[in-house]
Amino acid sequence: MPSAIAVSGLRKSFGDKVVLDGIDLEVPAGTTFALLGPNGSGKTTTVQILSTLIGASGGTASIAGHDLATEPQAVRGAIGVTGQFSAVDNLLTGEENLILMAALHHLDRAEGRRRTAELLDRFDLVDAAKRLASTYSGGMRRRLDLAMTLIGRPRVIFLDEPTTGLDPRSRRLMWQIVRELVAGGVTIFLTTQQLEEADELADRIAVLDGGKVVAAGTPDELKRGLPGGHVRLMFQEKSDLDAAVRAVEHGSPDDEALTLDVPSDDGVRALRDLLDRLDKAGIEVAGLDVRTPDLEDVFYKLTEKEAAR
Amino acid sequence: MTDAMTMVRRNFAHTRRNPGAIIMTIALPVVLLLLFVGVFGGALRAGFGSSEDYIDYVVAGVLIMAVGYGSTTTALAVNRDITEGVIARFRTMAISRASVLTGHVVGSTVRTLAGAVLVVLVALALGLRLHGGPLGWLAAAGLLALLTIAMTWLGVAAGLAAKTAEGVAPFTLIVQLLPFLSSAFVPPGSMTGALRWFAAHEPFTPIIDTLRALLLGTAIGDRWILAVGWCLALALAGYLWARALFARDPNR
Ligand SMILES: Nc1ncnc2c1ncn2[C@@H]1O[C@H](COP(=O)(O)OP(=O)(O)OP(=O)(O)O)[C@@H](O)[C@H]1O
Ligand SMILES: [Mg+2]
Repeated sequence: MPSAIAVSGLRKSFGDKVVLDGIDLEVPAGTTFALLGPNGSGKTTTVQILSTLIGASGGTASIAGHDLATEPQAVRGAIGVTGQFSAVDNLLTGEENLILMAALHHLDRAEGRRRTAELLDRFDLVDAAKRLASTYSGGMRRRLDLAMTLIGRPRVIFLDEPTTGLDPRSRRLMWQIVRELVAGGVTIFLTTQQLEEADELADRIAVLDGGKVVAAGTPDELKRGLPGGHVRLMFQEKSDLDAAVRAVEHGSPDDEALTLDVPSDDGVRALRDLLDRLDKAGIEVAGLDVRTPDLEDVFYKLTEKEAAR
Repeated sequence: MTDAMTMVRRNFAHTRRNPGAIIMTIALPVVLLLLFVGVFGGALRAGFGSSEDYIDYVVAGVLIMAVGYGSTTTALAVNRDITEGVIARFRTMAISRASVLTGHVVGSTVRTLAGAVLVVLVALALGLRLHGGPLGWLAAAGLLALLTIAMTWLGVAAGLAAKTAEGVAPFTLIVQLLPFLSSAFVPPGSMTGALRWFAAHEPFTPIIDTLRALLLGTAIGDRWILAVGWCLALALAGYLWARALFARDPNR
């Protein structure tokens, strides 16, 4: 499969602050790629560089087969970008915003109107179509923003935190649209804070931290790199916790929160055995929580060193 | 070219939506004219003979003020495009790079000239005597258009340079103060010391003098060379400044 996005040794510094310290990425055409990372790790910076908005300090990248440094205009012709903060024209209505985009993509009038009507409908904006964008709610602006990006049928789409601030319904809609786009052969490069979103959508994930890609792979590959899940037991009394620590042996207690984390391969049987053992010792368990490893664990594990600094 | 036309249409749509811009560029100059003629005219005309003489004198100054308002409006509009992120969006699209700016310049020039026509019409109703003849008026319109383009490019650059709408204020101040320190409302000869020297040498004075002479049909002399030269220099400076600002990374 040809690469829609190929990045090698990408570097960016603002003054002497190094934000990207040599990152390599490879996104096959027709797949979804998610870039994760804590606040300030350089996700937006990466998107801005790859979408020709700002220059890189070093490294090379090619988008849809065009070199970023030497053919920026060809890159622009192939991409669509929805930035982290909605960029819609507040003094135009939603409909006019879309028609403006259609004109800038040199669609003829009829085609532009048809596409506008189609996207207004798809993004649930028909009722608001004739209202100024300045009167839109945050979620409506995000939807309009993405609709504007799609007008020109880009082959590679960059979405910088596309669902931040959306209600669950709008978020589902966005996810649905992303899946449809990918099914139609479009390549999606998205950044997100929501690990569930990356898990849902992405074929491959990279975690950015300290200016480098600290992990990359499919969601399952990343989760597999972690130890198994655990059961968290909660107690009312410190004496119960102490008794449980003695009874279970290999748990990690938290004296403040009165909890005990017991590693578990999340089988029902192992759980019943654990509870039986506590019961026999006459220990009162106030509550329990079964945790399987998810991307959140991956995220914390990978970025904890940075946070501790 | 098509992209620039699209952007001009966008700019006109904005004007319709934005009463502030209409008031600023079309109504305000007329108000200013009435103010100068009706309120200050009496006191100021001491050196001018009749009140008609003062209208004749002040109309060129009011036109220059209108150009200043127009460029301020442009600076604010460009700045809004930047802070809304709309310009960033355009920059990631395969469109002619300067078309957004061209749209602003063309839109603003048309607005400003419409305001200028209105000022002249109101002044005529108040007794303005235009003796310049068609050629003179045409030349005056040309000079005013040239100045408008120059000031609008400067406005675009000021809007690009400012981080927020408040950042446009210094530009607004300069553009609206300079005409007062020129031959716009009173002859520099009536000022004192340093002000008098400044008023005699700042760019607006030869431009206003030439404009007035062309409209009224009085002697021009060779001041027009200086006037056109200043306009071209300001236009070039504004254009190059705006282009350099537009080319740099947007969030630096
Ligand atoms: N123009 C700039 N000048 C100086 N530093 C900058 C500039 N733009 C970004 N940075 C710095 O680069 C780092 C990365 O910023 P970036 O916006 O890419 O992070 P992010 O991963 O998108 O964060 P978030 O999750 O909060 O959106 C930050 O430390 C930021 O302060
Ligand atoms: Mg960001």
